[in-house]
Amino acid sequence: MRACLQTAAIAALLALPAAAQGQVIAITGGTVHPVSGARIERGTVLVRDGKIAEVGTNVAIPAGARVIDATGKLVTPGLINANTQLGLSEGGGPQFSGGYNDTRAKGTRGVAAAFRAWEGFNPASAFITPARQGGVTTVMIAPEGGMIGGQAALLSLAGDRLDDMLVRRASGGPAVAMSASFSAGAADAASRGELLGRLREVLQDAKAYGVNRAAFERNATRSFAAPRADLEALQPVIDTTLPLVVEVDRAADIRAVLDLKRRDKLPLKLILLGAAEGWQVAADIAAAKVPVMVGAMNNIPGSFDVLGARQENASLLRAAGVPVVLISNGSDDAQNFNVQNIRHEAGNAVAYGMSWDDALRAITLAPAEAFGVADRIGSLRPGRDANIVIWDGDPFEFATRAETVLIRGAVQTGASRQDELTRRYAPVKGRP
Amino acid sequence: MKFAPLAPLAPLARLLALALAVAPCAANSQAVAGAAADTAHKATPPGAGALSIPNADPFPSTYRARTTKATVIRNVHIFTGAGPLIRGGAILLRDGKIMAVGATVPAAPDATVIDGGGRYVTPGLVDTHTHLGVYPAPGGPAHSDGNEATAPVTAHVWAEHSVWPQDPQFPRDVAGGVTTVQVLPGSANLIGGRSAILKVVPSTSVQGMKFPGAKYGLKMACGENPKRVYANRGPATRMANVAGYRAAWIQAEAYRRKWDAWNANPKGDPPTRDLGLETLAEVLRGHILVQNHCYQADEMMQMIDIAREFGYKIRSFHHGVEAYKIADQLAKEDISGSLWADWGGFKMESLDAIRANIAIVHAAGARAVLHSDDALGSQRLNQGAAKALAAGRAAGIPLTDEDAITWITRNPAWTLGLDDRIGTLEPGKNADVVLWSGNPLSVYTRADMVWIDGAVYFDRSDTSQRWRTDFELGYVPANDGRTR
Repeated sequence: MRACLQTAAIAALLALPAAAQGQVIAITGGTVHPVSGARIERGTVLVRDGKIAEVGTNVAIPAGARVIDATGKLVTPGLINANTQLGLSEGGGPQFSGGYNDTRAKGTRGVAAAFRAWEGFNPASAFITPARQGGVTTVMIAPEGGMIGGQAALLSLAGDRLDDMLVRRASGGPAVAMSASFSAGAADAASRGELLGRLREVLQDAKAYGVNRAAFERNATRSFAAPRADLEALQPVIDTTLPLVVEVDRAADIRAVLDLKRRDKLPLKLILLGAAEGWQVAADIAAAKVPVMVGAMNNIPGSFDVLGARQENASLLRAAGVPVVLISNGSDDAQNFNVQNIRHEAGNAVAYGMSWDDALRAITLAPAEAFGVADRIGSLRPGRDANIVIWDGDPFEFATRAETVLIRGAVQTGASRQDELTRRYAPVKGRP
Repeated sequence: MKFAPLAPLAPLARLLALALAVAPCAANSQAVAGAAADTAHKATPPGAGALSIPNADPFPSTYRARTTKATVIRNVHIFTGAGPLIRGGAILLRDGKIMAVGATVPAAPDATVIDGGGRYVTPGLVDTHTHLGVYPAPGGPAHSDGNEATAPVTAHVWAEHSVWPQDPQFPRDVAGGVTTVQVLPGSANLIGGRSAILKVVPSTSVQGMKFPGAKYGLKMACGENPKRVYANRGPATRMANVAGYRAAWIQAEAYRRKWDAWNANPKGDPPTRDLGLETLAEVLRGHILVQNHCYQADEMMQMIDIAREFGYKIRSFHHGVEAYKIADQLAKEDISGSLWADWGGFKMESLDAIRANIAIVHAAGARAVLHSDDALGSQRLNQGAAKALAAGRAAGIPLTDEDAITWITRNPAWTLGLDDRIGTLEPGKNADVVLWSGNPLSVYTRADMVWIDGAVYFDRSDTSQRWRTDFELGYVPANDGRTR
């Protein structure tokens, strides 16, 4: 019973963003990687009211500040895993957690633009604490399935209320993206040409709907390829306030998707997801200034869409000047149970040619930039949310632990379900 | 063991005395039996295929070690899998075997000398759980050959008959330092069939990959998968799963007795041969090792009782995400745990997965194995071991780097019954060796060179010699971006 009360107390503490209000924390002595700027040896990061106040070597520490000594350690922004189903797919289905697809994305239509995957997010998911313990402070939770699967959102991994957890843009709206898929068989399309035509059609219909909603309400328009709710949800995609994340792997298909913007004059803010053969068309992607979300583990020609899969993909794209966001494409489930493994994806990217700094950027500032929230998260700059991790070594290495994790200025504590099982059965008493 | 492995061979051996006499000298009894059966095809009267012969080998290995020069790898740190790290040591490979390993090795003027420059050496890695070749790349219905999900007991099928040697996952596996794999049927069935033990080498036939003399494994599966796949016809519950195993072993025991009696005194018509029961009878005779997919502790304890009831041994529990709850029992029964570093949470029976699983099993004195069940994970067994090591240390369990290396070398070799030939770097063992770019427990480290039986099968610096399967030609760009 006492344990229960303690757990409840911890939960209550975590739930209060106010806990960070008025508190000043100074992280001192560590090697600071702000990502937005050069590495700082023996730097100080000052946190006030949940935000980063100052970063540097000559930072005055106010009286009464809580000082965390990070001497000999690395200090980085909290990691962002930009492609997860955390809190949506726990245990494999909605009976466990929120669920990540919409029946409207199934079948022949394949459009569920109005589906907001995050609305089913379960803040009580047992997988959140391990992610946080591994230094991940923000996740994109994304829907899956269909041609247009629905909307994804960025969530801060502290708190128990969805409204508090949503990462918001400067405008106040949640940072979201529209998920689409250009993969063989999506929306039961019989050919790639059909799929492309239907994607083009629904986007053009959304545009037509947007300029004449009144006519639509009067039933005075031609029929559109999607219902009103979906056409409405696509408006911010058409006006480019919302990125369209397109899952696409084959080199030829990547070019076709890029052409949606170029040749079809559809004003889209594209992000490519997967892009297994991206390295073969890296120059085209770079010229289109389109960010790519790509993994560093998969080198298997597992389908005829990914015959060119290779582990150097991320580094080759980066070298071509493409903004690279590292996501997982291995099989270690970094979308769900192992969200924390995103740091090892970065390590593998380095093993296959990416610079260490670029790899860190690819799991911090690069996703923040791609989703338009670099003014909120992703770097250690004054004014940003105080999402900070203190590592006892190189964060990409297996032997390294995230010793201290701050989210919006609050030091995260609390055991995971796995910790409790480990304590019950481990032969020796010890950490965690 | 209830029966001497070769005793029932007597009648056949009488028929084949001449053939045996001229058969090539084989390293072990299993290969002798194989050679006998192979030659029997020509020498015995029609109908020999109707005989159930213990240790028969109707699809014998045609793998032969490449003849190579002797090799010395010097100036390397050596994880032997059998003792403490040797710093700045050397290893001598000759005639496909390890001749010497230590701080220094005897002079070998004829040897190719490789200066490791302070890099690391380990035994060739062994993966006890793959579906390479039976679920090859590219995937899809034409290549879905791993689960004979047509009946809950399919002991009659052999994984090797599904293996596609042109699977591009094989060359990627050896590039990850893996030299021996067990290819298992899937887990849809209570009893899924025989596994294949393969060397990760190019070949146009699976026979050319088969590890000479290796015992077969038998795939069994507990829990959610069989009862889900057969929900409509049964088993639909865990209790029916258990009834299904027991019913199969009852039949197998009757079959074994019938055939052992006939083989001892072959008079009149032989009993009718049954491929499924033959495989199960071979388990009961101790010739086939049980490889049991089982997640939960409670189910593993029941499987141990079933094995005891019918007089066979379980060699390894695979996946065993709750092995840590029964680590002492695994040690007592000498059953290895073929486990993941951090997979879990994807279904109900995997919810209690913890990252310290392997470490806790190891600390209890049981044989812990880092397995993959995945063609990407198989390429990174070293990374899995590093994760499991870190988790164990975080849980306060004292572990050495050397311990972690045994999880991907010595212990999986034992799990396949091959620890007398592979899994450690000791004189006389097969020269399966990996030269790593750094400490294999680092995320940045990659295999630079891989030897199997003393011959180089992977050299990262020599892309011209890179193994590309037939499928890859013209389809999969080589690493330099050319398609041909």
